Amino acid sequence: MSVTSAPTPVTAADAPLPFFVRFRLKGAPWIPILILVLVLIAAVGGEGLTPHDPNGLNLGAAFKPPFWQAAGTYDYLLGTDNLGRDVLSRIIAGARVSAIVALYAIAFSGAIGTMLGIIAGYFGGIIDTTIIRIAEIKMAIPGLALALIFSATMDPGLSTVVIVIVLTYWTWYCRIIRSEVLSLRERDYVSFAKVAGCGSITIFFRHLLPNIFNTLLVLMTLQVGQVIIFEASLSFLGLGIQAPDTSWGLMLSDARQYITYAWWGITMPGIAIMLTCLSSNLVGDWLRDLLDPKRRQL
Amino acid sequence: MKAIFAKGLLNAAISILGASLIIFVISRLSGDPVSLMLPMEAPQSAIDALKQELGLDRPLWEQYFIFLWKALQGDFGQSYRWQMPALALVFERLPATIYLATAAFAFSLVLAIPLGVLSAVYRGSWIDQIGRIIAMLGQAVPSFWVGLILILVFAVGLQWLPAFGADGVQHVILPAIALGWYPVAAQTRIIRSGMLEVLDSDYIRMGRSVGTPERLLVWKYAFRNALLPLVTIMGVYFASMLSGAFVVETVFAWPGLGRTVVEAVFSRDYPVVQAGVLVTSILFVLSNFLVDLSYSIIDPRIRL
Repeated sequence: MSVTSAPTPVTAADAPLPFFVRFRLKGAPWIPILILVLVLIAAVGGEGLTPHDPNGLNLGAAFKPPFWQAAGTYDYLLGTDNLGRDVLSRIIAGARVSAIVALYAIAFSGAIGTMLGIIAGYFGGIIDTTIIRIAEIKMAIPGLALALIFSATMDPGLSTVVIVIVLTYWTWYCRIIRSEVLSLRERDYVSFAKVAGCGSITIFFRHLLPNIFNTLLVLMTLQVGQVIIFEASLSFLGLGIQAPDTSWGLMLSDARQYITYAWWGITMPGIAIMLTCLSSNLVGDWLRDLLDPKRRQL
Repeated sequence: MKAIFAKGLLNAAISILGASLIIFVISRLSGDPVSLMLPMEAPQSAIDALKQELGLDRPLWEQYFIFLWKALQGDFGQSYRWQMPALALVFERLPATIYLATAAFAFSLVLAIPLGVLSAVYRGSWIDQIGRIIAMLGQAVPSFWVGLILILVFAVGLQWLPAFGADGVQHVILPAIALGWYPVAAQTRIIRSGMLEVLDSDYIRMGRSVGTPERLLVWKYAFRNALLPLVTIMGVYFASMLSGAFVVETVFAWPGLGRTVVEAVFSRDYPVVQAGVLVTSILFVLSNFLVDLSYSIIDPRIRL
């Protein structure tokens, strides 16, 4: 990493093309992409798409099994819960909560972690030591334990869930982006920019950020599944999303007491979680292999 | 060696101190810690007494040192739900959690080691495919859902194993599988890539060329070296199980620390939450420290 090394081909050949132009559509994980698109449509469409009111009580129709069982009807495709609410409608409504939580949590933890990672990696020295030390201290408290102590203090709800996830995950971005920047800052074009009189802000946004964009995209895609599982776990414990809002974790929490007579109540929302997480992990792995072959074992 | 020990211990101490600061700051976020630490129906005299005791009229940093000083003496306050000191309650519940985490860890290794080794030896075969599918599924499902499905299948459906409680060995099986499921994925992948690397090394090829039996090569010569990278992440996964126990213990009504802390959050038993989270953090930090230490003993190359 000296000034005398040859110009790296990475910047010359790869950088000018936007990432999507380089997508090789062959071999793309189409089914996972399709599933994620469906979840997004459900999240955006919300109650316009649900066959029934997700909160509509109908005690006469309680505990209807899915349609393929003898007692099931096509009216309630995935069955109903203890209060006669349509499971499919509630899964669609829950997609919205998952999407909102994932969007905010990833945006904020990504932005905070990336900024701190760039600052730590670029300036080094005492700033770096301080940021890394804070990250290490945060990591001394396991994620869910941090969530518990936070939930004991704040009122549970969507914003508390987002804050807890941001507090938990910023270090993840910070550490990976920092190590990326540590190698980037030694590159010739950063040195030249400095010599040419560019300020730190210019170097951040023009020279560092575009180069970590691929890593960031992969990290964010891979985080989707983790955020959804985290939210579901909190809501399952009763510390996350609160009724009358619906989330997949909350559905599982409600259905848990009726596990002996309504197997679909705990199966269906879980499958929704599994398919969404599996899809985002597969898309994330694919993006990582596509954009950044170096990190295949990340 | 001494230097590594001292440095690691210092780092661990700083991390634990920092964790105590975070716990303190979060507990002051709501503005009125007294309302968190006392039951809602507490009389005014008790509120005043606690305010006095916590030194709430003093500056925040001074309050932190009061908190820290008491914590060092093991005094987190009284659990008003259980009518005993919070720390004593935490230590009473901790063994059950460690038992569960150990069982879960054993389960994950029992599954991951053969799967990882065989995936590497028969690379690209059906075993490798199964390993990959288990890894993918393991990271896509929450542990509490694995627990619910296990209850549905083995307790409700087949009625082989009990769903709740902790009376005997049969009670630990389902929670241990639920908790141990998640790390299987990462452990399999690490063993597999470690084995692939070692199997490709010169001494294995040498051994093969002189006719050493393949079974000996794989399990005696290659496996031991492939185990090294696993050791480095073992601490992380054991520690993450202590944290995962919060949810899994709640699903299976396991009488450990995790469920106690979750219940304490609901009954606003704040001293127990504080003590439970700090003790979990200390275990987390210490297990990582021990792993770092054991790693430098196993692999002299990193003793720099």
